[in-house]
Amino acid sequence: MHSDMAELQFREAIRAAMVEEMERDENIFLMGEEVAQYNGAYKVSEGMLDRFGPKRVIDTPISENGFAGLGIGAALNGLRPIIEFMTFNFSFVAFDQLINNAAKIRYMSGGQFKLPIVFRGPNGAAGQLGATHSTSTESIYATIPGLKVVAPSNPDDAKGLLKSAIRDDDPVIFLESEVMYGLRGEVSDEPDYLIPLGKARIAREGEDVTIVAHSKSYWIALRVADRLAEEGYSAEVIDPRTLRPLDIDTIVASIKKTNRCVIIDESNPYASISSEIAYQIQDRAFDYLDAPIRRITAKDVPAPYAKNLMEYYMPQEDDAYEACKQVMYAG
Amino acid sequence: MASETKKRTRQRDQVEEQGVPAEGAVVNGQDLEIPPRIEVKHVFTNYQAGKYGHKDVGLSEEQVLGMYRNMLLQRRFEERAAQMYGKQKIAGFLHLYIGQEAVSTGAAQAIRIGHDSVITAYRDHGIGLALGMTADECMAELFGKIDGCSRGKGGSMHYFKAEKRFFGGHGIVGAHVPVGTGIAFAHKYREDGGVCLTFLGDGAMGQGAVHEAFNLAALYELPVIFIIENNQYAMGTAIDRAFAETVFIKHAISNNMEAAMVNGMDVFAVCKAIQDHAELARRFKPSILEIRTYRYRGHSMSDPGKYRTKEELERKKQEDPIIRLKAYIRQHEIASNEDLDRIDEEVKEEVMRAVEFAENSPLPPLETIYEDVYTQEDYPFLA
Repeated sequence: MHSDMAELQFREAIRAAMVEEMERDENIFLMGEEVAQYNGAYKVSEGMLDRFGPKRVIDTPISENGFAGLGIGAALNGLRPIIEFMTFNFSFVAFDQLINNAAKIRYMSGGQFKLPIVFRGPNGAAGQLGATHSTSTESIYATIPGLKVVAPSNPDDAKGLLKSAIRDDDPVIFLESEVMYGLRGEVSDEPDYLIPLGKARIAREGEDVTIVAHSKSYWIALRVADRLAEEGYSAEVIDPRTLRPLDIDTIVASIKKTNRCVIIDESNPYASISSEIAYQIQDRAFDYLDAPIRRITAKDVPAPYAKNLMEYYMPQEDDAYEACKQVMYAG
Repeated sequence: MASETKKRTRQRDQVEEQGVPAEGAVVNGQDLEIPPRIEVKHVFTNYQAGKYGHKDVGLSEEQVLGMYRNMLLQRRFEERAAQMYGKQKIAGFLHLYIGQEAVSTGAAQAIRIGHDSVITAYRDHGIGLALGMTADECMAELFGKIDGCSRGKGGSMHYFKAEKRFFGGHGIVGAHVPVGTGIAFAHKYREDGGVCLTFLGDGAMGQGAVHEAFNLAALYELPVIFIIENNQYAMGTAIDRAFAETVFIKHAISNNMEAAMVNGMDVFAVCKAIQDHAELARRFKPSILEIRTYRYRGHSMSDPGKYRTKEELERKKQEDPIIRLKAYIRQHEIASNEDLDRIDEEVKEEVMRAVEFAENSPLPPLETIYEDVYTQEDYPFLA
């Protein structure tokens, strides 16, 4: 695939992207809770304090509203901050900064300022953490013009997309996941390994049904495609990777080929990324659809704690499999 | 940032100065020994009206006249804006600054415009004009025209001027205060010697973002001055109805910051205070200035201001910053009455020309609605 590849964990790929970019551009700094002396709550920034020193790898108090806003001001004034939220659930404390400041200052100033800033950290559910620590935030941020939203599903994409996000002159919400941090995969070593924002990846080609899935859900899609393959059906799996801007053209092209679509999205279903993708498909490719679009999401409730309820809450591989069979009228 | 050791030492020194022995004092959160008594004694240096003249702040007579002219420009601009609002040429919210002109003008005079940075809240016309934004671009913005300083996308609350390093113009109370802190962070990071004046109103003192920003600025030792323009009312709520502590500079104590109270009706007191505290900021000592001022108009154009008495308003108008400066100029024979009248006439004409400019400027072309959202030129907006 690439000339130089190394096998890295997802967290190491994120770190590699930050380290390479910080070595390239001294205006980039990393700030967040426990990113420096503690080496990162999930060890994403391990060793970075030693490497770059306390000027560029900065611990903050538990003060999301404050340090998110500080990052925005620093970006307005010529720096390129990477702001880590320990989890994106805590980004809601800084919601006003992201929505009212990061997303809108460029517009309200008539384009006088740019805001090259990345807000990153784990998003979504990770086991039995209870409702306040399990929110999938992608549709919430993707609904706001002025923000870009990226959600990679594997280490190689994580590195290439994060490097692009850091170099992008617009504010980017970069969504990771606690449960993916240990995921291993081949990652490019090329110094300028950039995956463009807004380009989907056709992870697996197929003819019979299109499965669209990002982040953790992508792995459900792959397992479903494997099961379908055993039965002689070929599923095309598309990982959008960037949720805003969304590469709808790649998705629509796939629908025109397969005429059927299932979307897997671990967000709550109401007004979610899956809602948007489904709408855009019917807007652009209604005549090509041979069956209604189905989606598999989290349940329409806050995340529960109890093990069985939590497992039931998350999008289910079996449901996705059944949905694919259903849209193919395959029993 | 500054080394941990240095910071700890500084905190310990302060505790000692305040009369508590360092031994046993709470320094790093790990010491369980409770000091017998914790005393906080602090005397703030305040900037009184009438204490400083133009020579004390290093101003030439010409500069004094320039300040007089600018304060009048702000006043005449807003009087005319209020009139245009009445004629429905201006929509949205229009928060007037009338009465507070000494704050903007004194502050702008005290810094290096274009090198230092400024950010404020929604009462931003005065500061914009004080920084040298033109009446034309400011009025056109109120009219929502393409020649406005924010291309008609910001309106009254969202003036911006990159070349003056004026970072807005912000409409969510207190939310811009961490942003100002970040602007200061970048000044320190780049070691460019700049400071950030972060203006906020008294109402913002109820917002968590402001107190988070205080802590971050002090923790990271950032070159920022938090300038609380205390005009006594947060919309219709007098400060003593909203705050348990109405002497806002006391918040400096709990954040290990310098602070001072300033008479905001005296432009020289403001100028001196900002000069002094900008020097502190350049040595990475952030500070809080509480500038006591007063707005003559309601909170915005829709507010008749019934929560205060006519007597109170009249009493405050006796301290009017423009009349005060005029008296100073006459007293020091810097200019004659005729000179000052001529300045007023020039300013009125400038504002009338700005209204004409705004009237004649086109509305923003519809295609500009998609501009200025992203830097990315081919961004695929949903149609």
